[in-house]
Amino acid sequence: MIFNKQTFKGGVHPPEYKELAEHQAIEALPLPQQVIIPVQQHLGAPAEPIVNVGDEVKVGDKVCEAKGYVSVPSHASISGKVKAIEKRPHPVGGNVLSIIIESDGKDELSASIAPVPNYLAQDAAEMKKKIQAAGLAGMGGAAFPTHVKLSPPSDKPIDTFILNGAECEPFLTADHRLMLERPNEILEGVRIIMKILGCKTGYIAVEKNKPDAIALLQKLLDKSGDALKVVPLNVKYPQGAEKQLIKAITNRKVPAGGLPMDVGCLVHNVGTAKAIYDAISSNKPLYERVVTVTGKGIKHSKNLLVRIGTPFQNLIDFCGGITEDTIKIINGGPMMGIAQYTLEVPVTKGTSGILALTKAEAKLPEPEPCIRCARCVDACPMNLLPNTLARVIEYKRYDEAHQLGVLDCIECGSCAFVCPSKIRHIHFLKFGKLEVTKMLKSKAA
Amino acid sequence: MVNQLFVSASPHISDKDTIPRIMYGVVISLIPATIGSIYFFGIRSGWIILLAIISAVATEAGLQKLMKKPITVKDGSAVVTGILLAFNVPAEVPWWIPVLGSAFAIAIGKIPFGGLGYNSLNPALLGRAFLLASWPTKMTIFKTYPLQWISDYPRLAEFLSKLSLYKTAAEEKLSLSGIDAITTATPLNVFRQQKDIIAQFSNDSAMGEAVTNAKTAISQLYDSYGNLFWGNIGGCIGETSVFLLLIGAIYLIYKRYINLRIPLSYIGTVAILTWLFGGTEGFLSGDPLFHVLAGGLMLGAFYMATDMVTSPVTSSGRYIFGIGCGVITVLIRLIGGYPEGVSYSILLMNLTVPLIDRYTKPKTFGKADKK
Ligand code: SF4
Ligand code: SF4
Repeated sequence: MIFNKQTFKGGVHPPEYKELAEHQAIEALPLPQQVIIPVQQHLGAPAEPIVNVGDEVKVGDKVCEAKGYVSVPSHASISGKVKAIEKRPHPVGGNVLSIIIESDGKDELSASIAPVPNYLAQDAAEMKKKIQAAGLAGMGGAAFPTHVKLSPPSDKPIDTFILNGAECEPFLTADHRLMLERPNEILEGVRIIMKILGCKTGYIAVEKNKPDAIALLQKLLDKSGDALKVVPLNVKYPQGAEKQLIKAITNRKVPAGGLPMDVGCLVHNVGTAKAIYDAISSNKPLYERVVTVTGKGIKHSKNLLVRIGTPFQNLIDFCGGITEDTIKIINGGPMMGIAQYTLEVPVTKGTSGILALTKAEAKLPEPEPCIRCARCVDACPMNLLPNTLARVIEYKRYDEAHQLGVLDCIECGSCAFVCPSKIRHIHFLKFGKLEVTKMLKSKAA
Repeated sequence: MVNQLFVSASPHISDKDTIPRIMYGVVISLIPATIGSIYFFGIRSGWIILLAIISAVATEAGLQKLMKKPITVKDGSAVVTGILLAFNVPAEVPWWIPVLGSAFAIAIGKIPFGGLGYNSLNPALLGRAFLLASWPTKMTIFKTYPLQWISDYPRLAEFLSKLSLYKTAAEEKLSLSGIDAITTATPLNVFRQQKDIIAQFSNDSAMGEAVTNAKTAISQLYDSYGNLFWGNIGGCIGETSVFLLLIGAIYLIYKRYINLRIPLSYIGTVAILTWLFGGTEGFLSGDPLFHVLAGGLMLGAFYMATDMVTSPVTSSGRYIFGIGCGVITVLIRLIGGYPEGVSYSILLMNLTVPLIDRYTKPKTFGKADKK
């Protein structure tokens, strides 16, 4: 197929390590004793708690309510009693107000969860409402509220939907397993999305390192006759980044500072598609997800179906614990994930993996001066000059950083990965983005 | 046991290449040419290279020690500078030439700027420029012809000549008609002298014989591709064998320590310009292959113009840099004051790098084309 040649500029080839977990079928993690549900698991306004300490809740009961449009509620993921509402460490950083629920061991489902007959007949507005009510936020990492993404302004119609099954982060296999084990639900989710958007063209993008998933989805589509195309993509990081994915598949370039809808595209992750199906077909809120627990520091790598709010420690214990030489635990993949200082943090809607890296893998050599080798420049998928950006930000020249396009950086980490001097670009880039945003705000004011 | 967990910014893994890996990769790539230099010019070359390395490393370590800075010689970059400097001197220089050259390269060309990564000129080339300016005759007289050393070992000479790998002095004389051009000076020197003769006297009937001789000499040069390619010619010790330099270059490209943008645009520019303007019979009569194979172009294009620290980081910038080097090289070779222009052209282009980088900033993904 001609698609094979389509690609994006830049990118890197980190070692994949998918073999650690890719053949592990999804297992349900035993119910935790306690879950920690942060009010913020999405981009946008934090939700507001609507339960009190001592309240009894069932699985799927709403425990905090969306505040405003760009916000989503969260739900109890186990049945039991609300034990506390307090700040707890969050896997994305800092301490966040969280609702702590103690299990009663019964795992009773909320009455609202039930199959919806003829669910595809619901109209788009109703579906979007349900999707927000189910607490859906992107499950690939960025955790942007799903209903907002599904509601482009009328002057930006979406003609192309892309299901993102690239899973380009090394180590992670949760999406891969989901495609193998729940393909029908995912495809039904895609049909729902395309119905909501009213768009005709749909692609399913999978990196070629998952040939079994590509074959399976193709087979199902051949049978059902959907107008969807499975697109095998070259294995290259960050193939799954929205803008790079859209470029590779449609050859359209999302404008700098713009969104996929500016070029008529929308991208959702396979996990999100499955959750959309759950929400529409049975009113099931997002209270569980698949998490890959992997890395050389984990005794037995697994893909686990986990209740949202389960502490990392539970997952790690279930996988046999971590080895003695483990020095880093990461929420997400090795390229963009966030290092954790405690295992008390809970799995959130955006947790695609828990990665344990050993001393040998995660060593952090002292950065050396830039030798101007240009590897970062060649690797940057956004066509930025990471070496120059890191330098100007180090010297606090934020005006220059802005001109050099720091705000367009997608923090993919390709630059720092290839750097022979081991310069920590992302540290500077994140900081630079904050400072530039501040600078622009104060200028506007 | 509770593990101590470390927290740092992503990414949490990084490529295995480090500065030392790259630098020692470059050293490895220079081994074939090093062996070649010993083969062609005798064990003397080995000593020159060794002295240059020792001097470069010792200068760097000594200065850093004096300045109470961390000593960075382990990264291998001083070793590279030492080898490249040695590659750029003739075989018969006195021992102190490579020593002083390397010391200058490091002490003036690298350390004052802040060490590796901050220097704007290629240290080895700066060292060579210093030597050339201070001891011009020592640096430009090429008395040793290739494989000359073998005549000191009659048995070896006999053995090699049986394998037709070596010609004794007598045989050598026979094979060259009148002018011992190819071996005793560098081909570019001869080219330049003969070209000047032709230019000067071509309308002077009294000098007809000189002009004819010059033309013969040049056509002989053009016939010497084989020697030029294998390195069986006079020149600086590391620059003569295109073949051995290419082996190293292929290794560097395979390892992705260099990419082809600079070498290709550099060599391509030299080829095109010398074809257009380099001939003795007017426009389009030049011999591009001769100019590409002769002199220090291969060494310069693959090993010195590609020096990461002193070349542009942008993709289009690297093409511009290579083309610029090519233009200046040809200008010097054809009209400037020296037969060879590779080192000066690269040094000059080194100075333009900040400018090139500034004006070739890549367009951010998704940024509209400037109208
Ligand atoms: S500068 Fe930003 S977008 Fe470019 S490689 Fe680095 S992290 Fe990725
Ligand atoms: S990869 Fe590192 S050393 Fe190379 S140019 Fe970029 S920042 Fe400098």
